Amino acid sequence: MSELRTIETEYSLLTDRLRVNVGPQHPSTHGVLRLEVVLDGEIVVDVIPHIGYLHRCFEKHAEAMTYPQVVPYVDRMDYISSMNNEWSYVMGVEKLMDIKVPERVEFIRVIMAELNRIANHQIAVATFGLDAGAFTPFLYFFRDREMILSIFEKTCGGRLLYNYFTVGGLNYDIYPTFVDDCLAVVKKVRETNAEVMELLIKNKIFIDRTANIGILPADVGINFGCSGPMLRGSGVPFDLRRVDNYSVYEKFDFEVCVGKGEVGSLGDCWDRNIVRMREMEESCKIIEQAVKNIPDGDVKAAIPKRVKPPVGEVYCRTETPKGELGYYIVSDGGLKPYRVKGRAPSFVNLSVLPEISKGYMFADLILILGSVDIVLGEVDR
Amino acid sequence: MEKFLVDLIGDNLITILIICVIPLLFLLPYALVAILAELKISAWIQDRLGPMRTGPWGILQPIAEVVKLLQKEDITPANASKLLFNIAPYVIFTGSYAAFAVIPFSSSFVPSNINIGIFYLLAVSAFAVVGILMGGWASNNKYSLYGAIRSVAQIISYEIPGAIALLAIVTFAGTMNLQLINQMQSGWFWNWFIFGGPGSAYKLFIIPFMIPLALTYFIATLAETNRTPFDIPEAESELVSGYHTEYSGMKFAMFFFAEYSNMFIVAAILTTLFLGGWNSPFNNFMQGPWWGAFWFITKSFFVVLLQIWIRWTVPRLRVDQLMYLSWKVLLPISIVCFFALGLYRMLV
Amino acid sequence: MKKYFYNIWLGLYTTLVGMKITFSHIFQKKVTIQYPDERYPIPDNARNRLYVNIDDCIGCNQCSNACPVNCITIETVKSLPTEDLGTTSTGQKKRLWVTKFDIDFAKCCFCGLCTFPCPTECIKMTTFFEYSEYNRNNLLYSFVNLTPEEIQAKKDQLAAYEKEAAEKKAAAKPAVDGETNKNS
Repeated sequence: MSELRTIETEYSLLTDRLRVNVGPQHPSTHGVLRLEVVLDGEIVVDVIPHIGYLHRCFEKHAEAMTYPQVVPYVDRMDYISSMNNEWSYVMGVEKLMDIKVPERVEFIRVIMAELNRIANHQIAVATFGLDAGAFTPFLYFFRDREMILSIFEKTCGGRLLYNYFTVGGLNYDIYPTFVDDCLAVVKKVRETNAEVMELLIKNKIFIDRTANIGILPADVGINFGCSGPMLRGSGVPFDLRRVDNYSVYEKFDFEVCVGKGEVGSLGDCWDRNIVRMREMEESCKIIEQAVKNIPDGDVKAAIPKRVKPPVGEVYCRTETPKGELGYYIVSDGGLKPYRVKGRAPSFVNLSVLPEISKGYMFADLILILGSVDIVLGEVDR
Repeated sequence: MEKFLVDLIGDNLITILIICVIPLLFLLPYALVAILAELKISAWIQDRLGPMRTGPWGILQPIAEVVKLLQKEDITPANASKLLFNIAPYVIFTGSYAAFAVIPFSSSFVPSNINIGIFYLLAVSAFAVVGILMGGWASNNKYSLYGAIRSVAQIISYEIPGAIALLAIVTFAGTMNLQLINQMQSGWFWNWFIFGGPGSAYKLFIIPFMIPLALTYFIATLAETNRTPFDIPEAESELVSGYHTEYSGMKFAMFFFAEYSNMFIVAAILTTLFLGGWNSPFNNFMQGPWWGAFWFITKSFFVVLLQIWIRWTVPRLRVDQLMYLSWKVLLPISIVCFFALGLYRMLV
Repeated sequence: MKKYFYNIWLGLYTTLVGMKITFSHIFQKKVTIQYPDERYPIPDNARNRLYVNIDDCIGCNQCSNACPVNCITIETVKSLPTEDLGTTSTGQKKRLWVTKFDIDFAKCCFCGLCTFPCPTECIKMTTFFEYSEYNRNNLLYSFVNLTPEEIQAKKDQLAAYEKEAAEKKAAAKPAVDGETNKNS
């Protein structure tokens, strides 16, 4: 309420409040999110997100599937970073069954996850630019993303939904020119990022639009349970790849990027965006280190004949491009999970939107929403 | 040319009608070319090919789009204010078409060679505001209303730096007649007003004021025509498409047509006032009434291409930043340039 | 005051830098693929429409069980001991008549899970993806090569054989309980 009062006193020319429905069919709601926005002129007084338009009963479905059959469903949660989603789930089941995954599998998983992280951040930055009105960088990023998708397609046959990771290993081995393709992608990503830095990120108009907008203080971010670039943009170096050191991440040298408030205040939209830009570079570094020493071995060696975990429960979390994705899997000793609960980062990050967007302008709200980087498939599940 | 027509047909209504229609004959093909340029340039900038299916290299795409728009169902929303909703696109188009009356296409053709050309331009260019507000309000849609309100605020604000830039040229040239202003700039391209106009070496002092003035006018006109980075009234990421959200079919085509014709108008004014109008850049080389039209259209189209190029490069401003730019940046610059030019005119 | 002019300069300068970049792109090689004329090279292992080599199918139902969306329907009829159905290309002996092998591509999610358990590798994903239809029912593909009459004949044959076998059994063992009867 205190914020409402400041708005009213600051802008004394009070008129009737207008209730505008942004979405579910709207050019910039990144899917089928509906925002009920209360506007006072151009000023946002309140935002009420309405979710559920893409609810597909993932968790209930998972109870009726065998463990490997859940993987295609997991793909469809955050459909632009499927590899990362699969990893989180598959790792959970492996923990439950106590499977030691071969080194080669871990390396390929790291490369795939990082490639997918680049692809995801490309979309995030691209659509963020699109929200700001810059159309051209959007297509540059999509042009490059195509290269990454081609690698995935050559490896596992799918361009968007991979079903590549399986419990205990990978469904397919990598193809001979995989390493060269990865290095080509890394080179291209760096080129385009340098270009987009000049074209968009350092553009004065873009800085004016995004700096000091949608400031998320670190304590608010932590209280709301934010994670990923959202929280790192506020200067908290919380990256599960470093915190948990899962898989083989401790072997790679990479930095945890945090926002520094370079052009505005700490934790504004620009910071969140620049964290994504820099993470692409860090992912490139990881890929370069990983492709050099992929060990030999059989990717299917550790795949169990029947996925039948013992009775138990596990929570397994990984760092997806959007933040901390966790799966809580309960097994009753059967072929099907008793319960699968997904802790979706987009959903948690979205919950902070009303908190950080009050008092800004309508145009800023769209940008703040863009900087949260949500995927409705994951929000609604 | 008017004289020729009057001699040919006689001073009657038919002559006037013919003169009225000539700019339209130019405008229709121009709009098609401009739409194609927009499609193709945006595509090339973004490493795409753009439309390729209609005709060789897709050059018939604008015609296909016009045909598509003509065939579309003409929807009037149930709760719209019917009369205003239906006439708004035509009001906007009338506003932009009226401005063609004083545009000097060539040394021997200007539809109406009146002495208050610039004043007339300022008067009719504000006409579009009425149409936009009409359309936005009558649609009975919140997005449209927001678009219309923003548009009115924006266009009225940007009229001021734009008008002062024009005024500066009026003081400098000492006339409001666009044809006379053009004649002053004849000769080599350094006689153009952007390079200080004809005159002695003293003009070097005013070039630093002329170029910002031209730039100010160019930026102000970008805002007046609702082009990126000032396309806030139709900002697709917030307002879907602003004041023409509810329009479809022919009425939407009218909005579109008016936008492109507006783009040409402001480009033509910029050309007339700063880039020598129909004058050849190289003194008597390729000079003459027909060549004049060629130079005029080429220069104007170059400015239009510049607008398109900018559109696909920069992001969009916010409403308050737009106002900041208008009142705190463009207005002081144009006033300073105005005084400088006035001073120069007094002294030299 | 200095900041004011610096900001104006920055706005102008960064826009010009951006315009330089976009201008350079006008002359770069374009990446568009003119789809029906040119085609994007699809790798051989791309996962698109499923194909079933019905001659190799032994009707084991494993693909149908693996499918997460239940888009594969298989029905089989036992063959008579006297019949020889031949062997698959992998050398397995076929024992069942596959009377129904339908895949509903409107449901299929192209995960490829059905291809892993197949013992004869007769179900696989192809690179063919242009099979859109105006009617959803047309997406229900049947891979069976038997005609309905043949299927009916096989069913009748089996029913007759089973009846005969049951009668024989009943004749041989007069004192049977219900349970063994069911199993026969």
